[in-house]
Amino acid sequence: MSIFEYNGCALVAMVGKNCFAIASDRRLGVQLQTIATDFQKIYKIHEKLFIGLSGLATDAQTLYQRLVFRHKLYELREERDMKPETFASLVSALLYEKRFGPYFCQPVIAGLGDEDKPFICTMDSIGAKELAKDFVVAGTASESLYGACESMFKPDMEPEELFETISQALLSSVDRDCLSGWGGHVYVVTPTEVTERILKGRMD
Amino acid sequence: MESVFGLVGKDFAIVAADSSAVHSILVHKTNEDKIMLLDSHKLMGASGETGDRAQFTEYIQKNVALYQFRNGIPLTTAAAANFTRGELATALRKNPYMVNIIMAGHDKDVGPSLYFIDYIASLHKLDKAAFGYGSYFALSMMDRHYRKDMTVEEAIDLVDKVIMEIRSRLVVAPPNFVIKIVDKDGAREYAWRESIKDAPVPAV
Repeated sequence: MSIFEYNGCALVAMVGKNCFAIASDRRLGVQLQTIATDFQKIYKIHEKLFIGLSGLATDAQTLYQRLVFRHKLYELREERDMKPETFASLVSALLYEKRFGPYFCQPVIAGLGDEDKPFICTMDSIGAKELAKDFVVAGTASESLYGACESMFKPDMEPEELFETISQALLSSVDRDCLSGWGGHVYVVTPTEVTERILKGRMD
Repeated sequence: MESVFGLVGKDFAIVAADSSAVHSILVHKTNEDKIMLLDSHKLMGASGETGDRAQFTEYIQKNVALYQFRNGIPLTTAAAANFTRGELATALRKNPYMVNIIMAGHDKDVGPSLYFIDYIASLHKLDKAAFGYGSYFALSMMDRHYRKDMTVEEAIDLVDKVIMEIRSRLVVAPPNFVIKIVDKDGAREYAWRESIKDAPVPAV
């Protein structure tokens, strides 16, 4: 079995009208065995920047700790939060540093940049950035997610409709993947507030 | 194969482990203690490669003691768990420790807590956890019978149910188990569940 499929994950981020949503499943498994159904895969870097880390859980935790360290230092020096584009470059650099012994992670980065313009991107495990204007996906359920997002996505959705769309795309995709699921975790971020919701899906 | 499992109760946490030391087809001893007391209020049950288990748990125990000597206050359970994960993660790409750990502790402010730490350094805080072939039976029994805020009697009853399942359903079932408990009064051995007694070693 692939090392990327050891723990199981599904991640998706979508752009709306002056807002974005990022969602993940909640399963932590060790191959066929489910260990936990409340495992966090999306982390907040600052109020307007979130990163989801799919792939091997241990590397996701290590990478997250390194990124928080780097961002906190940046905040102390620059006295401001990092822009999403800059943060994406930082993640890419950290991943490429380990080019010949990589972190087995695929990040999904979502944030509000200058003038609160939504920014999303994903990259592979060695830091090849993929910017998108509509949605990005990662994880063991990524193929199902591509299909679900492509058919359900519309540009310029309001936060409530965006939440519904991303939730349906996530839940329908993880139901076709045995390694991810056990509910969903959705963050909808607008310039003024962050809404966090837990989804109840098929608990299997 | 070694079984370790643990659960959190009303104001305590319990960790149980089998106590056979096996080398290929030979059973060296059946009263090996695999649950180490890290300090007055922490337990660490470990399973995996015998040498790694003994060395790594002792290393963590001594470092937890060192922190207390240097700083005058003991580590919290969360801090000890994260320290352990850090050590496993650093060693992972050099010389990995093949040790799975269930760490339980009691803190005055937080109460009892249980941490699952994989041999590849995946960390998660849980109410019930198990490792080894016995985990297939332990997790299922605990999923069925575990409730939040159980009393010590109810929890030990559940632990005994799990032990009975492992003994009757696992083909190379370990005969003996040790159970340790940690609560506000500290960490201590609770009981042994023995079906085979080793011949006592005469004093020299």
